[in-house]
Parts: sequence; structure tokens; C-alpha cells
Amino acid sequence: MSDPKLISNVPEGPLKDKWSKRKSSIRVVSPNNKRKLEIIVVGTGLGGASAAASLGEMGYNVKIFCISDSPRRAHSIAAQGGINAAKNYQNDNDSVSRLFFDTVKGGDYRSREANVYRLAEVSAAIIDQCVAQGVPFAREYGGYLANRSFGGVQVSRTFYARGQTGQQLLLGAYASLNKEIAAGTVKSYPRHEMLDLVVINGEAKGIIARNLVTGEIERFGAHAVVLATGGYGNAYFLSTNAMNSNGSAAMQAYRKGAFFANPCFAQIHPTCIPVHGDQQCKLTLMSESLRNDGRIWVPKKKEDVEKLRKHQVKPSQIPEEDRDYYLERRYPAFGNLVPRDVASRAAKERCDAGFGVNETGLAVFLDFADAIKRLGHQRVQERYGNLFDMYEKITSTSPWEEPMMIYPAIHYTMGGIWVDYDLKTTIPGLYAIGEANFSDHGGNRLGASALMQGLADGYFILPYTIGDYLSHKFSEPKTDINAPEFDEAEKAVRERIEKIFAVKGTETVDSIHKKLGHIMWEYVGMARNEAGLKKAIEEIGKLREEFWKTVRVPGTNEEFNQELEKALRLVDFFDIGELMARDALNRRESCGGHFREEMQTEEGETKRDDENFMYVAAWEYKGEGKEPELHKEELKYENIKIVTRNYKD
Amino acid sequence: MEYNVKVWRQKNAKAKGHFETYHVTDVEEDASFLEMLDILNDQLIRKGIEPIAFDHDCREGICGACSLYVDGRAHGPDDEVTTCQLFMRHFKPGATITVEPWRSSAFPVIKDLVVDRTAFDKILQAGGFITVRAGSAQDGNAILIPHDDAELSMDAAACVGCGACVATCKNGSAMLFVAARVSSLALLPQGKPEAARRARAMVAKMDELGFGNCTNTRACEMECPKHVTIDHIARLNREYLKARFSE
Repeated sequence: MSDPKLISNVPEGPLKDKWSKRKSSIRVVSPNNKRKLEIIVVGTGLGGASAAASLGEMGYNVKIFCISDSPRRAHSIAAQGGINAAKNYQNDNDSVSRLFFDTVKGGDYRSREANVYRLAEVSAAIIDQCVAQGVPFAREYGGYLANRSFGGVQVSRTFYARGQTGQQLLLGAYASLNKEIAAGTVKSYPRHEMLDLVVINGEAKGIIARNLVTGEIERFGAHAVVLATGGYGNAYFLSTNAMNSNGSAAMQAYRKGAFFANPCFAQIHPTCIPVHGDQQCKLTLMSESLRNDGRIWVPKKKEDVEKLRKHQVKPSQIPEEDRDYYLERRYPAFGNLVPRDVASRAAKERCDAGFGVNETGLAVFLDFADAIKRLGHQRVQERYGNLFDMYEKITSTSPWEEPMMIYPAIHYTMGGIWVDYDLKTTIPGLYAIGEANFSDHGGNRLGASALMQGLADGYFILPYTIGDYLSHKFSEPKTDINAPEFDEAEKAVRERIEKIFAVKGTETVDSIHKKLGHIMWEYVGMARNEAGLKKAIEEIGKLREEFWKTVRVPGTNEEFNQELEKALRLVDFFDIGELMARDALNRRESCGGHFREEMQTEEGETKRDDENFMYVAAWEYKGEGKEPELHKEELKYENIKIVTRNYKD
Repeated sequence: MEYNVKVWRQKNAKAKGHFETYHVTDVEEDASFLEMLDILNDQLIRKGIEPIAFDHDCREGICGACSLYVDGRAHGPDDEVTTCQLFMRHFKPGATITVEPWRSSAFPVIKDLVVDRTAFDKILQAGGFITVRAGSAQDGNAILIPHDDAELSMDAAACVGCGACVATCKNGSAMLFVAARVSSLALLPQGKPEAARRARAMVAKMDELGFGNCTNTRACEMECPKHVTIDHIARLNREYLKARFSE
């Protein structure tokens, strides 16, 4: 049974009718009342920008916040490969139910069935909306929309704009946002960082934000708050996330009573450019779309590995029969297009066995020689040209001549703030959308589904469901930002900032963050075990103490101060890291991106434990230094047969 | 490797700026330019000197946040890259590297190398969109767009809004930025109904915000990290002229 504090509010009845049923029961707010209602949206990625634009179009008063100098720079911009939609334009028998099935299976049966079905249901409308906005999706010569395949599926349902799909979708959402800013329904606050959530009488009523240019601590009130603040992958320091991506807004909500669900589910992306040295601050992703045509391999012979590491032989000189295309060997049905978690672990397995192809031993090949032969230079250029250029700029090796070298890296976090079917958190009036929530991807997200979720939540789901809450609020006066709850929240923020400046130590924020990253990658990374996770919790605790004794943040609060920004985020990453380790320790099963070494098959595949862990682990904050309390939402699959994931046949 | 970094320091928008030269050590050969600045900042903080402020985020050349003038070139001495995709292998060890913020009256300095580019947002708010409401769109395949038109539109849409075009133009013109958006939408059937209004409004806003005029020097095209060409400026001019006649 599910915990009474976790009511999912999934409507009764057949799966395919649930969303229609919910929509018809949602109370709507009349246009004149919408004008009286204020909504705060934090974050301007695909989720936040699309939600704010849609809410503005509906007539609400929206305030939108982002930490960048412009909403257009949110990290959705960096998504490369594409966006899924059940359009069946390829006539390959795709459908809403197939997209639903692939997503639940890809997530290793740890997502909420009804939410995933709805995601698949609205996916087609997203493409229509984006086309109407002028997103230049790739087209066939006849003028029709083109598609490609992504990992974990056997149909072609991914829409794309070269290797810049996230950029184009975000520019579409940002354009809609600009239209509403011009119309006066949305007010934009760039270079503002949320530093606390304000809760009054149990309801979310506003935020405290720092003006990153002046350092001013400002108060903003509203009738509801939407968090679209992305994931927390930067807890690992090195990840494919942008440098400023952080989990602080989610942590602030968590400390104010929002439950945090499945924190241990982090996605490790198989195709990233390998780490080159210890001064690196960021890893670069090479799009999953490359696995459509690229073949992954390592040498079969150790002597070839040695020669490669010493640069005595070029990869292209290793004969075909001496190459181990290990994904094609192990997973013949899906080959190079297995889901991300499977591909990442397989790369780790080969490298651990001593077949890594670069000096560090932590790299495998992604080879396009066959694709160039089969498709010709022109078509490969059209599909992947910009990715090849990017790879060459970074590594000074041309993928046209020699295979790319890749290795897995932290990319996305499936876990996030717990939400019900309406995307409402455990705090009334607080909503979480996109990567910031937990609901749609379970233990592993399929490629091209993050963009789909962000826009589904923002254009088509949240704008409806939030109305149900607001329909009870239009007679309430505007939130008073002089209320004692705002005083308290602002005071706490100021104290936290002063405490950081007061340390006056010797270590830089980044140097401590790197240490956290090492702990996380070592013990809460691609393979986890009980002893390691316990050690991680202990080590993070020690590092947190070290931070509060040794960190040095120069300057003052009352100015543009990037070191202060980083320090405030790192304080939250300690808590996130610890929560991830705690959750991973509790989940004594292997599932999706969460691999517990104690739980694996003889072939080294994940071993789920449906009897004991078919639930969402939602953690409740119990105070500083106290262990959080675990609540369980039982997962029921009424419309899908639960099987062991099999990508072999 | 070691370098001397001659960098613009400016406390805030009101303060007077000046150059300072710092010595940075222990830079790996594969480091990116921004990683070199990270290393320098780490060394400065340990010496009790305030770190250098600079905008950056994705570090893979797509967010458009980084905006440095390196050795006299927007985004430094490499072609078709943003500053984050510039690598230290392009600099001789021991060299003195000069780093400045974008210089344009429309982009005032906030601190050190950080400038205020909200003028770009304002131009786009003036008309850089298609007026469509979520929920009202027809099927995506109902609008047929020839492959080559979609590709050409995408060429323009690749603009990352970094501002290198403005920074490098002797007139401080934002024509390439405006052209990228106007052209991308004008090439698509969806963008046609508002094409005239869009071209007029965006050009008027650009002028109002203090950007200079275009004199076709093509400097913008040379420094654009995404290879947006001045063909799009030609298309903007056509759209603008058409719009004037339709008034």
C-alpha cells in the first residue's frame, strides 16, 4: 500500500481515458479571474519557458526567473539529438501505446504508468506546436518531416533539427515567451537566482531571489510557484550539464516540505568525450543519434590495446576480425541502439577488463567508417556534421578519418521532486515540471524523451492542472511580501550568505566541489554497493565539515559574485549527494541506471527486485543533521506486462 | 604550460576599467580557454586577488553565454567557435594573451568581462516570434516545407545570440543577429503572415537600442561562431523593403 502522504491522484478508469477524465473534472478559471492570479515560474528551459508562455497566453500574471543573462541560455539548449513523438509518420506501426510501452520498459518499470501514458498521448501535439512556431525540423525532399531512431526503441519516431534540436525547441519556446513578455502577461527576471521558497499556512506563496548583478535579496509573492529548475547531475562535478546547472531550488523546496523522489536514479550517458585531465570542469556529450550509424567497438586482442595506447597503431589499421563490436555481440536485437544504461555498463565492463583504448584506459571507439561507405559523405555530413566538427575542435582528431573515442558520463537525473498526477508536489501550490520532477522516466530515461517531457509538461499539462488549484484562489488577495514568513526566509538566506563569507579559509569552491565529484563517481556512480554507499555518506559528511572550515569566497554579497553563487550551490550539492547515496543504499536492487553490484545476473545484467522495490522512494526532510524519512508510493502496472528488460532478442 | 593573461578588470558598471596582467601556470595542453581562466581564477583566489568574472555555461558552444574578445578577435584566434570551444593549443606557451569584454555601447559592462546583452532579448520581444497559441496548431505535416528551405532556415536559426557580430562590427551593428531571426522565419510558410510586421518592428527596436548601421564590411560573418552568413542580411533587407512598401 502507498503511504497516505503520497496520494498520486491518478483518475480511476481505463488508462487511455484517464487524462480526458482528469481534464474534464478540472475546474477552469474565467478570463477576468485569471488576470488577478499571479504565478511564479523558476527556470526558463523547455519546461519553464513553455509553461510560462502558455500560462501567459491563458491570461495569468506570470513572473519568470532565470540565472542566465537571457532565458534562451537554459541548459535545454544543449540537447542535441531529438524529440520523440508517436506520430507514426514512418508507417512503422508506432502508436501512443508503443511509445508508452517503450518508455515504461526503458525506465525499467519504476515510473508512474498513468503519467507516462499521458506523456505519450500529448507527444504528437508538441511537434505540431513547434512546427507552428517555426522550428526548422529536418524535412524529407517531399517537404514532410523526417525522423530517426534512438536507443531502446525499434521504430523511427525522433524528430530533429540537425544536432541542435534542443536549441531549436528552446528558441521556439523562448519566442513564445518573448511574445508574452511583449504582451505584458509575463515579466522576466534574468540573472536572478531563487534562494528559498516561502510557504505560508502550508501553501507555496513566493520565493526569495538574489539579483545576481547587484546582490540584492528580493522578495516575490504569488498564488502558486512552479519549479522548472532541471536536474542535479552536477553533484558529480564532472557531467554533461552546463556549469551553472544546479539542484538548489529543489533542495530549498525539499527543506520546506516537498518530498524528494528516487534521488539515486541518475543517468550515465554512454557517448561522451573521455576525461582528459584533472583540470577539466565539464564533459561534452556526443549525441545518442550517433549510435544510429556509428558502431561501438574495442580491440579483441590486448596487444592491439597496448599499441593503441602507445600510438603505435591507428584504430583504422586494426583489421575487422580483431575488433569486438561488443554491443552487437551481446545484444543482437538492438545492437548499438540499446538503452543508455545498458550501453554505459557495457563500456565500463570492457574497460574494467583492460580493453580501454586511450592512455587512461577509459575509452571505447565509436566508428563511422561503415556509415560513410554506406551513406556517402554528404548524407553523413547532413546528419552529424556539426557533431563531427565539435568533436574535432575538442580533440583535434577528425571522425572522418579515425573513430571517435567515447566514455560514459553523468548526464541526466530521473529522480526529482515528488509530484502527483497534476504535477503538484507535497506542498500545495508548488508544482514541479520537466527534469525537476521524478515521474516519467523511472530508473532510466530513453533518448529524445527529456525534450518531450519538458514541453509536454509546459505546453499541455501544467497549464491545465494548475487551474484546478487556482480556481480556489482567485478571491484571495495578492500575497503580502511583508508577511513574517518572508522576513524569516530572507533572514535565513542572509545568514547563510554571511556564514559562507565568514569562513575565510584557503580552499576554492571548485576544489572542494571536485572532491565531492570524486566521492560521487567512485561510490554512487555506474556501480554501487553497500559498503561503498555507506562510505560515501560518511565522506560527504566529512567534506561538508571541511567546506565550512576551509572555503574561501572573496568579495561581498553586494556585487556580481560568481564564487558566492557557486558556494551556495555546493552547500546544496552536499545534501543532494548524501540523499542520493542514502536512496541508493535503501534500493537493494539493480534497475535502470541504478546498478547494485550485489544484485546482478550471471551475465552481469541488472537484477530487479519487483517484490520488494516496486515503489517510488520519496524522502521527507526532517531537519538539519537528521535522517530523512522514507515514504513509499506503490507502483501498479495495470496495462503493461512486467517483464525483465531484454535487448538481446 | 604557462601564459601571461592581460585582462580587463572593471569592478562594476560605473567604475572605470583597466588592464591587469597575471601569470598563469600549470595549464594542460588539452585545456580549453575557459578552463585556463578557471585555473587562473583558482590561483588568484589563493593569492587573495578577486577572480575574473566572465559569462559561461554550457561549455560546448551552444548556449551563447561566453563572450570574450581574445587577442583582438571576438571568440579568439580560431574560426567558427565560441570562446568555450577555443583551445589552448592555439597559443604559444609563454605568450601574453589579451582578454577583453565585448565592446559596444549597446552591451554595457557589468563586471570585468561580463556584459549586459538584454538588448538582444528586447529586439526579439519586438517581433522575433510567430504568434501561435499552445493548442491551436494543425498537424506538423500539413505544412510542407521543401528540404532545402528547411535547411536554409536552420542555417540562420543556428545563431546562439552571443553578440560576437556586434562586438566585432566597427559600427556596433546588430544586423546579423536581427537578420538571422527574420530570415529564418521568413523562409518558412509559418513565418510569412507576420513577416512584414516582424522586419519593421525588429529593425526599429535595433535602431532605438543604440546599435549602429550596417556598412557591409562582413566582419560579423567572419566572426560568427555558427557561420551565419550575410546572405541573411540581404534577405532581411528585402523583407524590410517589402515591409516599407506594404505600409
